[in-house]
Amino acid sequence: MNIHEYQAKSLLIPRGVPLPPDGLCETAEEARAVAERLLAEGAVKLVVKAQIHAGGRGKGTFTNGYRGGVKIGTTADEAYAFAQAMLGNVLVTAQTGPAGRRVNRVLVALAPDIRRELYAAVLLDRARGCPVIMASTEGGMDIEQVAAQTPEKIIREFIDPTLGFQAYQGRKLAVALGLTGNLISAAVKAFAGLYRAWWECDAALIEINPLCVVAEPDGRLSLLAVDAKMTLDDNALFRHPELQAMRDLAEESPLEVEASKYALNYIKLDGDIACLVNGAGLAMATMDIIKHYGGEPANFLDVGGGATTEQVAAAFAIIMRDANVRAILVNIFGGIMDCDVIAQGIVTAVKETGVKLPLVVRLEGNNVQAGKQRLAASGLTIVSATTMADAAQKVVAAAQVASELS
Amino acid sequence: MAILVTPQTRVLVQGITGNFGARHAQLSLDYGTQLVAGVTPGKGGQTFTHHDHHVPIFDTVAEAMQQTGAVASAVFVPPAVAADAILEGVDAGLELIVCITEGIPVTDMLRVKRALTGKMTRLIGPNCPGIVTPGEGPDSHGGCRIGIAPGYIHKKGHIGVVSRSGTLTYEAVWQLTSRGVGQSTCVGIGGDPVPGMSHLEVIQLFAHDPETTGIILIGEIGGSAEEEAAAWIKVHCKKPVAGFIAGSTAPPGRRMGHAGAIVSGGAGTAAAKIKAFEDAGIGVAATPSEMAETLLRMM
Repeated sequence: MNIHEYQAKSLLIPRGVPLPPDGLCETAEEARAVAERLLAEGAVKLVVKAQIHAGGRGKGTFTNGYRGGVKIGTTADEAYAFAQAMLGNVLVTAQTGPAGRRVNRVLVALAPDIRRELYAAVLLDRARGCPVIMASTEGGMDIEQVAAQTPEKIIREFIDPTLGFQAYQGRKLAVALGLTGNLISAAVKAFAGLYRAWWECDAALIEINPLCVVAEPDGRLSLLAVDAKMTLDDNALFRHPELQAMRDLAEESPLEVEASKYALNYIKLDGDIACLVNGAGLAMATMDIIKHYGGEPANFLDVGGGATTEQVAAAFAIIMRDANVRAILVNIFGGIMDCDVIAQGIVTAVKETGVKLPLVVRLEGNNVQAGKQRLAASGLTIVSATTMADAAQKVVAAAQVASELS
Repeated sequence: MAILVTPQTRVLVQGITGNFGARHAQLSLDYGTQLVAGVTPGKGGQTFTHHDHHVPIFDTVAEAMQQTGAVASAVFVPPAVAADAILEGVDAGLELIVCITEGIPVTDMLRVKRALTGKMTRLIGPNCPGIVTPGEGPDSHGGCRIGIAPGYIHKKGHIGVVSRSGTLTYEAVWQLTSRGVGQSTCVGIGGDPVPGMSHLEVIQLFAHDPETTGIILIGEIGGSAEEEAAAWIKVHCKKPVAGFIAGSTAPPGRRMGHAGAIVSGGAGTAAAKIKAFEDAGIGVAATPSEMAETLLRMM
């Protein structure tokens, strides 16, 4: 689960990660008030940041033509104007897709005097099976690009999960980042806080880009996390009700929200062939084989191993709400479940939801003959397929015909 | 010989009195698996009855092992307590733990991984279909089935199958069996980002198993386990290996059902894994429909 920057900050500050003072605003008036407060406290520059679950905000453009979801100014009037331009409007960034995201909140924060931009993240190292703190001198850049072009500029410190983060590991990272003097202990404290937040919140990823060396008004240098991105481990949410409450449904696709109510794994894609499959691997492979035969999958949909008739009906209803869909492929390997029961579920669901689109069904496994007979006798126009290849070719052809007719 | 389990392997089920655990304990008994004990804390002394089978239930894994000689376990307990169930099995000295449970937090699995270091216990899963070594009987009856795979699709033979996905494993197994080709052992290592046994560890066992003559290796997007297995195969494995990678069409940054199936930071793409397979001389099936055929062409 993704959370907003302001939510991530609320988890990081109590754990000792240094972050600039700020205020969350839902109206331009609130933005002005927060700006006035920060200026009174000594801020020289301010930044207004659109709160959406996507990166690339600074370079984004609003659908009304306004440029930039991160704006820097020096007065409360500017903060007001930035907030007014952003709030209620839709921001499109490299990560949002063309539809963009509506900005419902902005964060108004002190904009520090930045001297150096570093990068820091805590994530899982899957190959080693342990957490890793990743850091780089190349802050403020796209870290994937840094990793690809100059891998030597990525520093890693692996954490033993039973020992936890150790101060010496923070010193190693600090020195490798070229930090000196009081910034070394500041970095140790920041890394310790990041790791603590990662472990205690069951995060999947915490990313600080940039982690900045900033000059205080008195000229002293200190560290400040100028941005914070945090993704949580969905599997661990059951033990963090306070984190569950941070879910923002407005940031998720409505169809995906609907699917999650029925414990369906649904991800909307841009193609026109919907698929309904049991098992995540088979569902991915079904998308792949549709593409292989020249079609475009409209979604990923895993109904799980023991799908009920209700779930299958909900799955059809969700597929039907995607206006791009021209044909449907059902691919079920009924290992334990009786294919006849599955067929019954499909027939009921199709009748209930009134599916009119071409429907190709490939059933395999336990009692498959009875299942196929039930589909054939249902009076529904269901195209039966034998192998995955057969099913994919049939559904691609059906979608093509549907597209030519429309 | 098969790998990891044989038809003689004595198996216990942790969580045998839950709906899911009970259902699959019954199916394993029907399949002819030596399922000799159940463990449910607080229900020790009771009996799990299915047709003519009367399986004693114990409060702890250690007791169950001592009383029945069980050496392998199937874990069917809820995600919040699954790590604890695995740790209990490691502490008791089980040879093999197969954890079916889906939805275990990553930090729990990181602690489990540390606890397994230096221990003789092997872990398959979590979030996996389990392991089947087919038996000699009709519909491979008499084999060792630990987990949730449909037993009857298997056939006793010489192909090893290893995969992160359940239904895609069944698909491959069924393709083999439909062509009259049997399997030595089929292992579903699970779709989580912190698994017990890796593709590589299972492949190494298959490579050294005299009964296994060919291998199907099924992977998916996310992580680098397939690349690691491919690198080893390239140098060490003399047996034909065919593979398939699911998720070529998956959008980056999205989790495709399995917690571990995600392309993040440009790493773990299907293209990179397919290339690693090709570099290692692994026969890559162009579609999931051709997994068995691709291997059989190589043999």
